[in-house]
Amino acid sequence: MAHAPEAHAGAAHGHAEEAFIWKYVFSKNHRIIGIQYYVTAMVMALVAGLLAMLIRLQLAWPQKDWAFLAKIFPMGYDAGGGFGVMRPEFYAMLFTMHGTIMVFFVLSTAPVSGFGNLLIPLQTGARDMAFPFLNGLSFWTFLVGCVVILTSFFVGAGAAAGGWTAYPPLSALKGAVPGSETGQTLWIVGMVFFIASFTMGGLNFVTTIINLRTKGLTPLRMPMTLWAMFLVAVLGLLAFPALIAACIMLIFDRHFGTSFFLPTGLVLNNVPILGPDGKFLHQGGSPLLWQHLFWFLGHPEVYILMLPALGFTSDILATFARKPLFGYKSMVGAMWAIGGLSFIVWGHHMFVSGMNPYLAMAFAVGTILIAVPSAVKTFNWLATMRDARMRYKTPLLWALGVVSLFISGGLSGVWLAQSAPDIQLHDTMFVAAHFHLIMAGAALFGVFGATTYWFPKMFGRMMNDTLGKAHFWFTFVAYYCVFFPMHYIGIAGHMRRIYDPYQYEFLKPLQPINEFITIAALVLGASQILFFVNFFWSAFAGKKAEANPWEANGLEWTTASPPPHGNWPGEIPAVHRWPYEYANPAFPKDYVMQTEPLTESELKLIAAEGPTGHEH
Amino acid sequence: MSTEVLRKPRGPGLDRGGPGGDGPGGEGGHGRGEPELFYDPARFGLWLFLGTLTMMFIGFTSAYMVRRLSPDWAPLKPPGLLWANTAVLLLSSGALEAARRRLRGWNVAGVGPWLLTTGVLGVLFLAGQLMAWKVLVARGYFVGSSPHNSFFYLLSGVHGVHLVGGLIWFAVVLVKARRLAYTPGEDGLGMFAIYWHFLAGLWVYLMFLLFVF
Repeated sequence: MAHAPEAHAGAAHGHAEEAFIWKYVFSKNHRIIGIQYYVTAMVMALVAGLLAMLIRLQLAWPQKDWAFLAKIFPMGYDAGGGFGVMRPEFYAMLFTMHGTIMVFFVLSTAPVSGFGNLLIPLQTGARDMAFPFLNGLSFWTFLVGCVVILTSFFVGAGAAAGGWTAYPPLSALKGAVPGSETGQTLWIVGMVFFIASFTMGGLNFVTTIINLRTKGLTPLRMPMTLWAMFLVAVLGLLAFPALIAACIMLIFDRHFGTSFFLPTGLVLNNVPILGPDGKFLHQGGSPLLWQHLFWFLGHPEVYILMLPALGFTSDILATFARKPLFGYKSMVGAMWAIGGLSFIVWGHHMFVSGMNPYLAMAFAVGTILIAVPSAVKTFNWLATMRDARMRYKTPLLWALGVVSLFISGGLSGVWLAQSAPDIQLHDTMFVAAHFHLIMAGAALFGVFGATTYWFPKMFGRMMNDTLGKAHFWFTFVAYYCVFFPMHYIGIAGHMRRIYDPYQYEFLKPLQPINEFITIAALVLGASQILFFVNFFWSAFAGKKAEANPWEANGLEWTTASPPPHGNWPGEIPAVHRWPYEYANPAFPKDYVMQTEPLTESELKLIAAEGPTGHEH
Repeated sequence: MSTEVLRKPRGPGLDRGGPGGDGPGGEGGHGRGEPELFYDPARFGLWLFLGTLTMMFIGFTSAYMVRRLSPDWAPLKPPGLLWANTAVLLLSSGALEAARRRLRGWNVAGVGPWLLTTGVLGVLFLAGQLMAWKVLVARGYFVGSSPHNSFFYLLSGVHGVHLVGGLIWFAVVLVKARRLAYTPGEDGLGMFAIYWHFLAGLWVYLMFLLFVF
């Protein structure tokens, strides 16, 4: 309302003469920062994806002599008889860094920091984030974290190799594996930078969504994406401090000789690790303590990856189904339930750690309960699509992909949630298949969907629909070809994180399946070229986008594509309704934007229903 | 962190049009003076940040609880100096409160001395903590020699780092106060006070956890 236009005009004037470096490099503009985050995350995705390809080659043909790979990665290939056979420690580094980079630097960053920064001010009706300077600082902190993590490949004996979960003693004893030296130190430092950046972002997200909503944007008129961003930021602010605490203690264990996580009696290469007094250097610590602290973060963290994808999917489905989102309030409630439950289920990652079976049962029940809000979301999506006049554009395909992955990955989640089957399936490829479908896949598909859907707000242009559809179908089919068979080899006993599965007689028959998975993975990797071509070509030469190319209702579609500095040239529009008013026969068009004032008949209806009856 | 605190009505300093406000929320003109603004964003953000700090110390606390149960736990006897340090930090908080009261009560001349006292006592606390470390090291209590020692050095160290951050913020506050950047009658020191009192309260809690509990 009183966003005094002159005040903003003054601000815009102040920025008018900004040099390129302040406008696009050290920017404080939420849209630029969002794009910076997004592009950095995608570059990190390329690195982590490449690592995945090497992992897959190793699993399909472990003793093969890869002469050309040995030329590119001389540090990784010269084990066994052949010059080009991968070294076991290099393999451990590959899966460690693939997981670390993908979970934190790609799938927490692209949807949350990338699209969060792009969309939160546009969807709340704010000129920018609450703390623009902090926002810029958070990106540069993140970038330092990326550089540190990437540097760790090239120092000393290579990057961390103790798994993305960094369990001690592998991560706490410098001599444990080559990657436990400098690589692990840089891993911790990189994570601290990442967490600092994510915390700054989270403060901004929550403050902006709580404080800077435009007039009329009550919580129950917020689009699902905004709800997701709010909850994700809260989860991050509450969960990441536990990992910071654990990382600080790990540094103490590594460098100051403490024993937080290191037990008595450690022996390395048949040599006991003794202190100057001849007794064991480390006494009485508990490796399980790290697991508890790590997974107290780790489980909310997987919902930090998931919730934005669920939000994007809800927004995209309603827009392209041309129907109101079914069960909006239950969707919001389900997100709250998923977020809340995520804090009391971390023990399901530790069923094999020897915990009291009654405790395991409590964690199992909590975990299975998550199926309830998840099913609510799924049924609401299906109901939204029922009898809909679907517009099969690329964003819709990705949203349908999220729904599909959410169901297929969620079903295996119910298996793993129970301690009895989990003890059998723990650390097998079944687990790898499960979380790649639901957490990684759904989050990735959500990011692709959001990219095609909100591309106009990033660059003012449309992505190519044909290329986008080709990218979707290749990715979708290849993704299932990679991860569906993985369930079977997992049930057959194929462990994860194993350098050469065929050293075991009982895994030898599984090699053809692994070969199939690897070929599918290579197709999956190659399909991403379509995306990068489409992305860069469209960003510079795509069709110019109008303000509201998808005929959607949200606040972000009321301003130009791309939005000008300050997001709206004049006053910030007020909000009068929810963002899912599609196909209302009382209106001439099949969509009613959030800024459309209530009509006479709607006002009468509200008066008749009473003061609280008008929410959808 | 209790939500009642967050629900507190806006402080009197909020609707200032000027460049005031301690935090980065003073950036840009947007949002300021909006009728639908619920809380001062900078103050709200600070409370959120304290929430994450609290979560971190809850993480440390849970680790401490678990580790204390192990058979090799040997309690560390705190040097008396630590209790003196605790008193110094509490006095520093009190001095800040006195300065804040004088600023709100239009007594501009009274603000400076109390503010200076706050800072001097803060530095004294930090020096006292380093001294306590030295005393312990001289007695042969090293960081790795027993889990209780480890936790003492860890927690006092992490607290100390945050206090150094607080002193940097204090330096900014002091410069602003010398330039008379704080409007008399308003609570310009409020933001810094929240953080400073938090650190004092946190230290009292840590003393309780480490040596009383």
